[in-house]
Amino acid sequence: MTVEVRIPTILRPYTGDRKSVEADGASLSALIDDLESNHPGIKERLVETKDGSVDLRRFVNVYVNDEDVRFLGGLDAPVSDGDQVVVLPAVAGG
Amino acid sequence: MLILDRSTYDGIVAHAKRDHPDEACGIVAGPEGTDRAERLVEMVNAAGSPTFYEFDSADLLRLYRDLDDRDEEPVVIYHSHTATEAYPSRTDIGLANEPGAHYVLVSTREHGNNDGPVEFRSYRIVDGEVTEEDVTVVDSLPATTSPASPTSQGDPDDR
Repeated sequence: MTVEVRIPTILRPYTGDRKSVEADGASLSALIDDLESNHPGIKERLVETKDGSVDLRRFVNVYVNDEDVRFLGGLDAPVSDGDQVVVLPAVAGG
Repeated sequence: MLILDRSTYDGIVAHAKRDHPDEACGIVAGPEGTDRAERLVEMVNAAGSPTFYEFDSADLLRLYRDLDDRDEEPVVIYHSHTATEAYPSRTDIGLANEPGAHYVLVSTREHGNNDGPVEFRSYRIVDGEVTEEDVTVVDSLPATTSPASPTSQGDPDDR
């Protein structure tokens, strides 16, 4: 199964400048592990470990078929063949 | 250097004054790779705060899809500071994720919602390093075929 993952400009150094890559996995966390195996370093930009548990970084937005994964179970969000995943860093500041 | 046309500059200032004392935020989009700030897009500050701004997550996705469809990119990302100077805060620097963009800061601390001058400054923020740049306001952006010229007065036919 294959999922298209759209990569934002800031993370394209990890994907050889590609805007979109393919990855496999039944959940977002499995998908991110698969991304990491092909694009080492990218996982660290997407997730963080806090109080012993791994979660998406606060200022990284990930969408599965246009739905923010925070409403789909976060890293446990299910992903299936043909889905489109979009990664966008938050536009935010103080 | 950042070149803005008068109406875009005025639009950013008006947005910042209108949303004061909360921070206002938005972008100016332009065709990919051209550095032309052509299309002002005001965004809602989902944080609704005088000390923080964040694009709403659903709005953010819609915005980037729209930019993609139009072959545009965010040429300018702007926000206001409502009680401090128009200089990137530590949070601004830490969260700056568009190395190609001009980061514009407007400070409304002096006149708030009222008429009067604002501080209007622009920066590049790359890998945590802030570099200020000049802002030039022109009547209208130079024609696409000619090189950018800050002295352009625009063609009367485009007005």
